[in-house]
Amino acid sequence: MADAAPPDGAGKQPDGAGSSGGVASPGGGATPGGGAATSLAPVAVGFARALRAAGVDADPTRVHAFVAALDVLAPERTRDVYWAGRLTLCSGPDDLARYDRVFAAFFAGVAVPGRARTARRVQVTAAALATPGSGTADDEAPTVTAVTRHASAYETLRHRDVARLDDHERAELHRLLRAFSLPGELRRTRRRQPARRGPVDRRRTVRALLAAGGEPGRLHRTSPRPRPRRVVLLVDVSGSMAGYADALLRFAHAAVRARRAPTEVFTLGTRLTRVTSELAHRDAETAMRAVSAAIPDWSGGTRLGATLREFLDRWGQRGVARGAVVVVLSDGWETGDPDELATQVRRLSRLAHRLVWANPRAGRPGFAPTAGGMAAALPYCDAFQAGHSLASLEALAAVVAGAATDPPARQHDVATGPTLSAQERGGRDA
Amino acid sequence: MSDAAAGTEEGRGRPPRVPAPSPAPAASAGRLPLGVDGPAALAARLAEAGYLADEGLATAAFLTLALRRPLLLEGDAGVGKTATAAALAEVLDAPLLRLQCYEGIDATQALYDWNFPAQVLHLRTAEAAARRSGRDADPRDERALEAELYDRRFLVARPLLQALETDPVVLLVDEVDRADDEFEALLLEVLGDFTVSVPELGTIRAAVPPVVVLTSNRTREVSDALKRRCYYHWLDHPSYPREVAIVRTRLPGVTERLAREVVSAVQTLRGQDLLKPPGVAETLDWTAALVALGADALDADRVVATLGAVCKFREDQDRARAIDVATLVGRAVTDG
Repeated sequence: MADAAPPDGAGKQPDGAGSSGGVASPGGGATPGGGAATSLAPVAVGFARALRAAGVDADPTRVHAFVAALDVLAPERTRDVYWAGRLTLCSGPDDLARYDRVFAAFFAGVAVPGRARTARRVQVTAAALATPGSGTADDEAPTVTAVTRHASAYETLRHRDVARLDDHERAELHRLLRAFSLPGELRRTRRRQPARRGPVDRRRTVRALLAAGGEPGRLHRTSPRPRPRRVVLLVDVSGSMAGYADALLRFAHAAVRARRAPTEVFTLGTRLTRVTSELAHRDAETAMRAVSAAIPDWSGGTRLGATLREFLDRWGQRGVARGAVVVVLSDGWETGDPDELATQVRRLSRLAHRLVWANPRAGRPGFAPTAGGMAAALPYCDAFQAGHSLASLEALAAVVAGAATDPPARQHDVATGPTLSAQERGGRDA
Repeated sequence: MSDAAAGTEEGRGRPPRVPAPSPAPAASAGRLPLGVDGPAALAARLAEAGYLADEGLATAAFLTLALRRPLLLEGDAGVGKTATAAALAEVLDAPLLRLQCYEGIDATQALYDWNFPAQVLHLRTAEAAARRSGRDADPRDERALEAELYDRRFLVARPLLQALETDPVVLLVDEVDRADDEFEALLLEVLGDFTVSVPELGTIRAAVPPVVVLTSNRTREVSDALKRRCYYHWLDHPSYPREVAIVRTRLPGVTERLAREVVSAVQTLRGQDLLKPPGVAETLDWTAALVALGADALDADRVVATLGAVCKFREDQDRARAIDVATLVGRAVTDG
């Protein structure tokens, strides 16, 4: 790290241009505070290292900016150093608390604690997958069934409950999950593209006219360029979902990686966690490890209403859910107040373009959405899907892409989720 | 300053140069308004302009002025992100160029556009002149005419280009989170080395980098590449004494008592788990509404009558009414 911000050069050259990092600045030397910053550079680098250990992305460019800021401020007080670092090294509200903690520890000479979240209950790794449901106190945690070795593995696998697979089948499932992704429903945008018909494109028409020396020629036309709607996946990772959460997160990983539509992924449980950036890693295993490190409430209880509310307050209302296709992947098992859940789902449905609820338990024979949470949320959903097998996830992907949602599940052998009747849908504005 | 000025180039047809290093801190620090030698001095100047900045924001603004690195302000709606840019413009006595971002904004709205009608008119005039003089077409004239068509005078500068060509200037890129990824990439190019490449003209470079303030409401995560080029500051709701001071500064007609009561009520509301906690903007709106009604203290009737100025959701209004208004007012008085 130190080579990116050499102690003697760092104090002289601010990183105002960002991209001109290594260029020597002939006229830029001899600033009054140069000496101070030079002596501060090693400290700054050490501080940044401590920050990185705490999870703040203090990369060399930012350290460079930090040193430049110290140079200008010629800090005499700790507060100046504090602000110079906070303004240059942090990049989001989540960083601020970590920054404060590390700053206090570092400049008080205390050993800086390592990663914020070291104790986690369950690792989503291959080892953990071998025993689904391990480390959870859930009675319904599925067990690996005895029926395993099947011929025509793919067709069987397509309709199997993902919570009841063995290692081998699970690996196959993960391979298949990666192979498809959410294409996303299209919407019109303000960007336009050349087209055969539509309003005249003045710019291109006149440009062509100028190129032809002023001779009027063909009229160029444009049409709005459709783009996929944003997709927001809200994955329930509470204890009752332990058998499914891993597969559903892999589904989310496939959706994020495909980049067909802008995709945001959050996990719900007792807390809300945004895992979009963790899922952005190309390799599914690495991404899942990052996700498991990021989720503090893995396999805990469920406070769906409260976490949905947190999502809406912090993200949804500001725009993440606005006009998006929102998919809640949850069994609707709510330990909190069902009324609160209903209120929040109604809010969500007003913001979202379409609200799809995928319930893994809907794939089980005899399922009826009568549990408090699910029954409360259902009137505000545009589509209700199963989400327990590869086939049902494929169907879910089709629904997200704008396929007809009635009937919600097309598979003959998937226990069809209940179709919303007109009256049931009455709660939602048409 | 001198070597930065030497970097100016408006030559046409020249290939884009490797970006020169940005001006040295000492050089651009000399451009700061007189007497501003640190965050505290800048905060004092901002206060004169009617904007009360806390230590963090003052430091951020000072660094932005001194090193000309863009400042990215994030925070809840109505905490004064946009107002920061306006206050900076006033302190610098510089124009404020505002670029409102939206989904689909592109280079022709943000950077520059060619004035096509004027170009066509120019072409026609040249043709008519040639006809009248009765000369045969000369290839050299044609080339000259073609070059004239893409003269600087036919280029319409939009905010980003205007900002590079004006000095001093404050450029406000408002709600950058609303723009899409393509536009963010465009911004990176402009804010990275403060140049704009016009294919027909060459590279236009800022003599002095403009003061740039970007705001974001976090409807979408701003890309890391953009954040890396900016100072990052999270703007929080102000503390009670600061907010009272803001109200009194911005609305000179308000009584001390009303200011204290309103701010206290607003801060109570912020703790009430509302869908949209009121920002400083709402505090000012509400106070202005109360002043317009001739109030010099908060009472239950007036709170109910003017609640729409501070709570913009029906659910929030219900919740605010559910709090005993007398309690709200009573608490305000005891706080004061």
